Amino acid sequence: MTLDHLSRLEADSIDIFREAVAESERPVLLYSIGKDSSVLLHLARKAFHPSPPPFPLLHVDTTWKFREMIAFRDETVARLGLELIVHRNPECVALGVNPFDHGSALHTDLWKTQGLRQALDEHRFDLAFGGARRDEEASRAKERVFSFRTAQHRWDPRNQRPELWRLYNARVAPGEGIRVFPLSNWTELDVWRYVDRERIPVVPLYFAARRPVVERDGTLIMVDDGRMPLRDGEEPTWELVRFRTLGCYPLTGAVRSTAASVPEVIEEMRTATTSERQGRVIDHDRGGSMERKKQEGYF
Amino acid sequence: MDDLLRFITCGSVDDGKSTLIGRLLYESKLLYEDHLAALAVDSKRVGTRGEELDFALLVDGLAAEREQGITIDVAYRFFATEERRFIAADTPGHEQYTRNMVTGASTADAAVILLDARKGVLGQTRRHAHLASMLGIRHVALAVNKLDLVGYSRGVFDSISAEFAAFATELDFDGVTCVPMSATDGANVVAPSALTPWYDGKTLLGWLESVEVGAAAADEPARFLVQWVNRPDADFRGFSGRVLRGTLRGGDRVRVLPGDRLSTVDRIVTMGGDLTEAPTGSSVTVVLADDVDVSRGDVLATAEDPPDAADAFQAHLVWLDEADLLPGRRYLAKIGARTTGFTADPPKYRVEIDSRRRAPAKVLRCNEIGVANVHFDEVVPYEGYRVNKDLGSFVVIDRLTNATVGAGMIDFALHRSANVRRQRLTVDKRARAERNGHRPCVVWFTGLSGAGKSTIADLVEQTLHADGKNTFLLDGDNVRHGLNRDLGFTDADRVENIRRIAEVAALMVDAGLIVLVSFISPFRTERALARDLVAEGEFCEVFVDVPLAVAERRDPKGLYAKARRGELANFTGIDSPYEPPEDPDIRVDTTALTPEESARAVVAGLRGLGLC
Repeated sequence: MTLDHLSRLEADSIDIFREAVAESERPVLLYSIGKDSSVLLHLARKAFHPSPPPFPLLHVDTTWKFREMIAFRDETVARLGLELIVHRNPECVALGVNPFDHGSALHTDLWKTQGLRQALDEHRFDLAFGGARRDEEASRAKERVFSFRTAQHRWDPRNQRPELWRLYNARVAPGEGIRVFPLSNWTELDVWRYVDRERIPVVPLYFAARRPVVERDGTLIMVDDGRMPLRDGEEPTWELVRFRTLGCYPLTGAVRSTAASVPEVIEEMRTATTSERQGRVIDHDRGGSMERKKQEGYF
Repeated sequence: MDDLLRFITCGSVDDGKSTLIGRLLYESKLLYEDHLAALAVDSKRVGTRGEELDFALLVDGLAAEREQGITIDVAYRFFATEERRFIAADTPGHEQYTRNMVTGASTADAAVILLDARKGVLGQTRRHAHLASMLGIRHVALAVNKLDLVGYSRGVFDSISAEFAAFATELDFDGVTCVPMSATDGANVVAPSALTPWYDGKTLLGWLESVEVGAAAADEPARFLVQWVNRPDADFRGFSGRVLRGTLRGGDRVRVLPGDRLSTVDRIVTMGGDLTEAPTGSSVTVVLADDVDVSRGDVLATAEDPPDAADAFQAHLVWLDEADLLPGRRYLAKIGARTTGFTADPPKYRVEIDSRRRAPAKVLRCNEIGVANVHFDEVVPYEGYRVNKDLGSFVVIDRLTNATVGAGMIDFALHRSANVRRQRLTVDKRARAERNGHRPCVVWFTGLSGAGKSTIADLVEQTLHADGKNTFLLDGDNVRHGLNRDLGFTDADRVENIRRIAEVAALMVDAGLIVLVSFISPFRTERALARDLVAEGEFCEVFVDVPLAVAERRDPKGLYAKARRGELANFTGIDSPYEPPEDPDIRVDTTALTPEESARAVVAGLRGLGLC
């Protein structure tokens, strides 16, 4: 009897969770509500069962997430009896930072990058779990499972610890931190197959439904609430769409799709011709932009 | 597609490695349109292929790397076919090579070694193969790339394959598959190429899809590494960890290491319900039937076949940090799930990775590999790296910077024999001597290569055998093919070579045999050691004496000529010393005597000493 590949990935991820918790003082799980976070949370529960996960969840909110994401977040936390910390960058709240007036790059930097740093500092977390996968984007292919961050939360690609076998080194000096990515070796397809196998709940936005969208700069943007300013001539139309990835609704492109269930999503993926991050407006700011965001502390 | 293969690609930037990986991603239809559109733009802007797609750009991810035109770290790539799912570790081929390749190889089951067909087997090819072998990779494909640039010549491919195969016999590979390839043309990467009609073997992807990396035997003893003590409330106490080897089953008797605690597996707990058994690789939580003390880093093992525990080892060390490994300095080491104080003794030698030769070293520098005795502050459960990578590997951590500065692979424990009590046996040497009708002894032939040791020893053995004696001949060349095949010809290795032979000879004397040992054995100290291992009067040193000039003129194996040309290092008499015996028991001068006459002189001498 041997483990099939999903079971092997699961066992590896659980192994990572346990090592990280055993070697850190104040771990936290960065919960961004998407499918990867759903899988991450499921694995965290498995890793420590029958104990609850020995760390809280942290959601760095931007106030611009899809409403369904927030509802799903609150329902999940209540159902599983978990501790959730929601952090909103108070400066952004005060200034009313949004992607329309401030642009996607500044919006993301202030709400997410700066917000995450504030939250980690405020709670003195020394280790943060994230759902990033190496297959997502070129600069992530070289990311360690245990990724070292300076006291300024910076990621220095030239100064990462060699990672051999399964011997992870989570030792840090006061103020420094480690980001841990238990899903490093998962692909998008693995995540969906695992969601299917384990019947893991995900935000319904991943499944096709009629939603009000406008086509803007070649991207289908869902008009999730009244805060979205419409340009001249833009009229939301109801289309059968779904999302392959979830973020701030004005920055996340929908795809036209009829896939209304997990098996249909998997089937659609097998014939997909674009990558999941293609719908992410922020990735296309400039060549190498994810690498730059990571250096600055973006997750 | 339920099977997963992790492999590493090795080769330099010029061998077309990034192009190959880009090609595998492309051909396995894992590139999306947005990737391809970006690739097309980048290919025109910074590519090296003119108007064609430059697949290397897919792999050279970091902006800094693109500017330099080289990759700087280990990158992991994912692709899948109908047959298998793959994780490819891509490592760059320049100066940080050892560090990066060792990192990538540590989690790989197979290796693809690339070379440029125009250049053939280079030092770096041997380095890649050597590192892969050292890290325990058993399955290797040699991708003879850029065959398009030599006109898809079968001759070029055949000669490179033969050269590599000959070299690889010295390594621990289960087999080597050579593939004639062009990554830029896509020849034999995924589909067989019409340009190599003479090749009917597997394509590279075909090999990756089919190579059997050997599921561990089901009946292996179980090893479970405890990572975290799981105690949600007073009623539950479990040990969360991983099955590293074998299968753990409910009801198994287990031993807790280090130490001698015994218990029984009561439950194997998972969130999906209890399991009756947990196969290799499973992450589960074990509840024991007894209230034994177990903590993080302990190992639960099959009670009747547990691993050993020790605190001192000989290990292969790979140094990863800009600051040298300093013998005696206090570091930390993480082994299994335990972090403890660590020091290394001065290296016994450094391994020159390209040549596999051993060189003296006082420290280990970044990207160097050496062998040293190492000491842990605590007794840790372990198994040799060859047996169990998980319990045989460790990383070294700097106490000040917390950086991972070194990696180690355990060869063996130093003090294991301290735990092994010598058994007193009733049937002893004397009893065997009586049964045999003669005394046992060691007849040790020493002399330069080409002196005639083996010829004379063979003739002596024939005589003794005909005379009804129980004999055995240990010959240098033969033993080096087996017992001592891991040893080279440096001084340190020669010492170890003779130490082992002396031990074997002493055991054979215990078995009642007349042991004829035919080794150059250049050093007096080691010959003295061999004498000390047997009782007084059981050792006879035979000096097969010949002047160097005569031995060199004879040169029956052509070795002196090679050594003089500089092709053989550390050759006794040329660039490695021979210390002649000062007072041999028997001396034969082979410039004056024929081999037969020499043999008769030895037998007469043995009789004179009362040894036969």
